[in-house]
Amino acid sequence: MLDSIRNKVLSGQRLTKEDAIALFQSDDIFDIGRLASHVAEKKNGKNAYFIVNRHINPTNICVNRCKFCAFSRSKGEEGAYELTVEEIIKKLRKGQRSRVKGHGFSEVHIVGGLHPDWPFEYYLNMLLTIKKEFPFIAIKAFTAVEIDYMSKLSGLGLEETLVELKKSGLDLMPGGGAEIFAEGIRNKLCPEKISGDRWLKVMEIAHRVGIKTNATMLYGHLESIGDRIDHLLKLRNLQDRTGGFQAFIPLAYHPKNTEIGGFYSSGIDDLKTIAVSRLVLDNFDHIKAYWIMLGEKVSQVALLFGADDIDGTIIEEKITHSAGAMTEEGMTREELIHLIKKAGKIPVQRDAFYNAIWTE
Amino acid sequence: MDRIDKNTALNLLKNSDLLGLGERADNIRKNLHPDGIVTFIVDRNINYTNVCINKCRFCAFYRDVESPDAYLLDKDEIFRKIDETISLGGTQILLQGGIHPELGLDYYTNLLKSIKDRYSINIHGFSPPEVNYLAERHDITVRETLLILRQAGLDSIPGGGAEILSDRVREVLSPKKMRSSQWLNVMEEAHKIGMRTTATMMFGSVEEPEDIIEHLDAIRTLQDKTGGFTAFIPWSFQPRNTELAQKSAEAWGATAVDYLRVLSLSRIYLDNVRNIQASWVTQGLKLAQVALRFGANDFGSTMIEENVVRAAGVSYRVSKEDIIQAIKSAGFKAAQRDTYYNLIKEFF
Repeated sequence: MLDSIRNKVLSGQRLTKEDAIALFQSDDIFDIGRLASHVAEKKNGKNAYFIVNRHINPTNICVNRCKFCAFSRSKGEEGAYELTVEEIIKKLRKGQRSRVKGHGFSEVHIVGGLHPDWPFEYYLNMLLTIKKEFPFIAIKAFTAVEIDYMSKLSGLGLEETLVELKKSGLDLMPGGGAEIFAEGIRNKLCPEKISGDRWLKVMEIAHRVGIKTNATMLYGHLESIGDRIDHLLKLRNLQDRTGGFQAFIPLAYHPKNTEIGGFYSSGIDDLKTIAVSRLVLDNFDHIKAYWIMLGEKVSQVALLFGADDIDGTIIEEKITHSAGAMTEEGMTREELIHLIKKAGKIPVQRDAFYNAIWTE
Repeated sequence: MDRIDKNTALNLLKNSDLLGLGERADNIRKNLHPDGIVTFIVDRNINYTNVCINKCRFCAFYRDVESPDAYLLDKDEIFRKIDETISLGGTQILLQGGIHPELGLDYYTNLLKSIKDRYSINIHGFSPPEVNYLAERHDITVRETLLILRQAGLDSIPGGGAEILSDRVREVLSPKKMRSSQWLNVMEEAHKIGMRTTATMMFGSVEEPEDIIEHLDAIRTLQDKTGGFTAFIPWSFQPRNTELAQKSAEAWGATAVDYLRVLSLSRIYLDNVRNIQASWVTQGLKLAQVALRFGANDFGSTMIEENVVRAAGVSYRVSKEDIIQAIKSAGFKAAQRDTYYNLIKEFF
């Protein structure tokens, strides 16, 4: 089976669902890794991308209570918080003090809970204020779940909501909230969250109005291999239509402090998932090994299993750390460069749109 | 398969692609351990003192005698730790300290005897620097020292203190610590009197690839002679809180890719050492799982307590259940072992 898959990959043929299942079931992580690396090199050479970025989570108050989430709180609950726009600006200012070229943030990543009281204008104002203060920082904000919620707040349709956000400064959207599309599992994980179809719909419209996005998949909880592959294939289909996805990011489930509990995915599963994603998603330019969730060590090794991006400096990560992430909350630019070079790759600092802004 | 020589090994370490090297190590591991069992031991590190005259530059654990946080555990404290170890199913204690200038052989024999009087537990203790120090202090041979310690209850010797068995590197890392030949001599003498030991290597500090090869070759050569090493345990320098990291901005420690490369090469080069340990303590559980496909067949200890690596700012806390789960989810069968790699409980 692997031989025929290898031949398909080498001749540029698309893999089927059966191929993907065979890859996941195979024990031959070395062959799979090499094949995925081959594809990654064809697309991005020896480049491995990183970004100087910062995460901001405006609030952990959320009307959804997903069972895999250890971050969310109800209003008034202990540990619940909400940031004002001024506080967000303050956080960004802190990191921008550095005047060394290439060290300022290229991107701010903003995702948060679905706050029961904040009006749509709060979000527009957040974007406008950030853009005014930091016109050169790309704003990558709001998962499809938040966009859907905002369209209810605004009373506008999805398209108009996205257009309004874009006008106020939204440059890109992250890929969160996809979780796993399979309905049965999704209902167990996050019954209140929008469906997989709705998630895809939001992304399709975002792409149509000119907003590039990422895509994610949360794996290692209750899903089957088949569920993972269906998820990948739905993303591949949409990408065929829109071309609006920049990167795919498989997210390893973290069990601590969550309602469903369970175990961490294995490092081997993490690497295999990266590799299979690279092989199946032939129309995605980038596969990201998100170091916050994989750990910096597995992320580095993932660069030899088909990943070409390890995300960035991040500075302050709250969501995964609520669920027992064992990584640091941030990494320095020098650490990222070191990891990439030691993996035998060329470190390329990118902006939010994958334009190279620094390399050695 | 034919044994590889030093030049080939050096070339593999420097130039081979990681996946190719890993695959080769994985195949060797499969041949040596075809049942797919990955072992671990339930034990505890008891560091009876953190006072050490060696003051190695890569170490964040040592203190001077006068330091406010210098300690020497009393017997009751040690007994309490052993009680806890046994209640958790432990079969071994790893008894190791600094080189405390006020402790002579009497202290050690007395401690060993009082432990053996109370408990039936394997004492894996005193790495070569401690043994060598005692021999010098009392002006007796290493062999005599080992016989005295064994008589008092010492069962086996951990492979610590090897760092890199290249005196060029030792001069930089640990100028006051024993030379390579002395480390090897303690191990040889131990093996000769029938004591089993492990061997370690700490890499990722200031060594060159050549030094790693020199180390592996020294272990292989001695093992050919004695067969006394039960396992080889490569781990990586943990830079935080160490003098070495403060003095050299380049002392990052080995990355995951470096670790897997050295681990794989160890499995390939040490064809006469049956077991290779993955080091979750320094690499985390996820990379330790990956290590099981890059040559390792043992998950080391559950480490009910670990102090030395923790002092260097790395702390992955896990339970025995976490270890078993990690082994299983990596696709292997988990089994608890004793000091000598006999299986004592299967979890599959």
